Amino acid sequence: MGKLIPMEGNQAVAEAMRQINPDVVAAYPITPSTEAVQIFARFVADGLVDTNYVAVESEHSAMSACIAASLAGARVMNVTAAQGLALMWEMLYIAASMRTPVVLSVANRALSGNINIHCDHSDAMGARDAGWIQLWGENVQEAYDNLIQAVVIGERRDVRLPVMNNYDGFLVSHSYELMELEEDAAVREFVGEPVYVRPMLDVSNPYTVGALDLWDFYHEHKRGQWEAYGPAKQAVVEVGQAFGERFGRYYGLLDPYYLDDADLVIVALGSTAGTIKDVVEQRRERGEKAGLLKIRCFRPFPLEEVADALSSAKAVAVMDRAAGFGSGWGTVYPEILTALYHKGLVLPTVDYIYGLGGRMILPEEIHQVYDELAQVAAAGGTAEPLRWLGVRV
Amino acid sequence: MAQLLEVRWHGRGGQGAKTAGYILAVAAAEQGKQVQAFPEYGAERRGAPLRSYVRISDRPIRLRCSVRRPEIVIVLDPSLVESENVADGIVPGGLILVNTSESPSRVRAKIGQPDVKIATVDANAISMETIGRPIPNTPMLGALARLRPDVVTLEAAEAAVKATLGEKLSADIIERNVQAVGRAYQEVQVE
Repeated sequence: MGKLIPMEGNQAVAEAMRQINPDVVAAYPITPSTEAVQIFARFVADGLVDTNYVAVESEHSAMSACIAASLAGARVMNVTAAQGLALMWEMLYIAASMRTPVVLSVANRALSGNINIHCDHSDAMGARDAGWIQLWGENVQEAYDNLIQAVVIGERRDVRLPVMNNYDGFLVSHSYELMELEEDAAVREFVGEPVYVRPMLDVSNPYTVGALDLWDFYHEHKRGQWEAYGPAKQAVVEVGQAFGERFGRYYGLLDPYYLDDADLVIVALGSTAGTIKDVVEQRRERGEKAGLLKIRCFRPFPLEEVADALSSAKAVAVMDRAAGFGSGWGTVYPEILTALYHKGLVLPTVDYIYGLGGRMILPEEIHQVYDELAQVAAAGGTAEPLRWLGVRV
Repeated sequence: MAQLLEVRWHGRGGQGAKTAGYILAVAAAEQGKQVQAFPEYGAERRGAPLRSYVRISDRPIRLRCSVRRPEIVIVLDPSLVESENVADGIVPGGLILVNTSESPSRVRAKIGQPDVKIATVDANAISMETIGRPIPNTPMLGALARLRPDVVTLEAAEAAVKATLGEKLSADIIERNVQAVGRAYQEVQVE
């Protein structure tokens, strides 16, 4: 049994890193994730971890160092946000392609421009096809729990992929709340010793990575990488189950709330799911069958599971905290439609773009979404499937 | 105490509004409550007005937005009474606690609010005399403990100050902060 203490999101991430005691951390601090790196750097200076902390000159270098250290056989971590993640861009793809289980915590923040330091999901959503596993937490506890699980998921022999631990910038990163901090020894036992697969510094078995790979083999290598995402999805489920058995908090691909008999369902990721849960409870008290489908694992996308979860809904709203410019939608909505289509499900759906650049999302606005969803369900559809929530026009 | 108690702090950058919110959350957590404390960040700079928020409840707190209908408002800088709408959204029967050398009736003359309690304490003077620097955040917790022991007791406020500042400050400074908490507990005036 862990200890219940008030902790800030970034502090919780730093504490998990201390407990995991990674071999290498290469980071370039950026708001709103700065404190996680700052606190962890102090742990290094105080000798509380054995980590080799690499102070680099940019996020691009940070991710490059992480990939190299991982290839050399190290357990590797990093923390960033927004422009920092954007600057890592090409290296994100390389991390996944090289099958390095780097764990990157991201305090989700709006991408420039204009300059904005507050929460939205445009940073991680932009990286959704880079090949990383993406976990999305709702609160401080989940940022901590997801980070511990990320290590085990990514390092599994049948996965070997980098994992992104997303938690909302400021809303979670700078929120103090009660969370259960597990014992150091219990966390270390859960993550186990790093699994070293063909470390490059094994000079008696030399091999090459990142070599020129043209039309003759690149296609096959990408197909090989593609194979990892089935086991990755399975690993998220199994590690979430094992984590629950060990610590009492169970995790899966999805986190449904009052979903089983729900007519009106909102799909969301991140901290907004918390506000939605409060609203669902209020609407249930009035007798309305409202429900929430929180997506915890966005990559690999749980296609079948999402379709199953939504199969009995009368109408579905998707909350998108990133605009897919030029696509006509947010970034989550098209994935939900894909899931429904493959199951042969045709039901009224609405996409809500909300909360960009930290625009506050109020319970009243969630009520508004359920009100509108009730109308859409009654009408059997809508001529306005894309709506901007809380925008001044 | 209401099922969900919401507190809003008004301060200026550098006055410790965020830390005060955190200490209050720690104190409430020690008393077995669920808590949430967070500052409202803008483009931070020393002296700029800022707000921080605390939620205290018997149930897990899931809401993720700023506090708009506080039951308690605590103002760390006297000048904010005139430059900010500190009473914004306060619920009837609520409490506005101001760090000022003025009396509660003088503050009420400025902001009205017949439906709420107004309390004042000269936390700047107290912190100057005890800590040696104008850091009003910890004495304000002492004043709150006097007015709302259902939210935080004096003992819990003192223990939380020790526990949270202990991470950063010397034993001597912490002891002075605890003295400041006790002084404000004694000296707060309410109307």
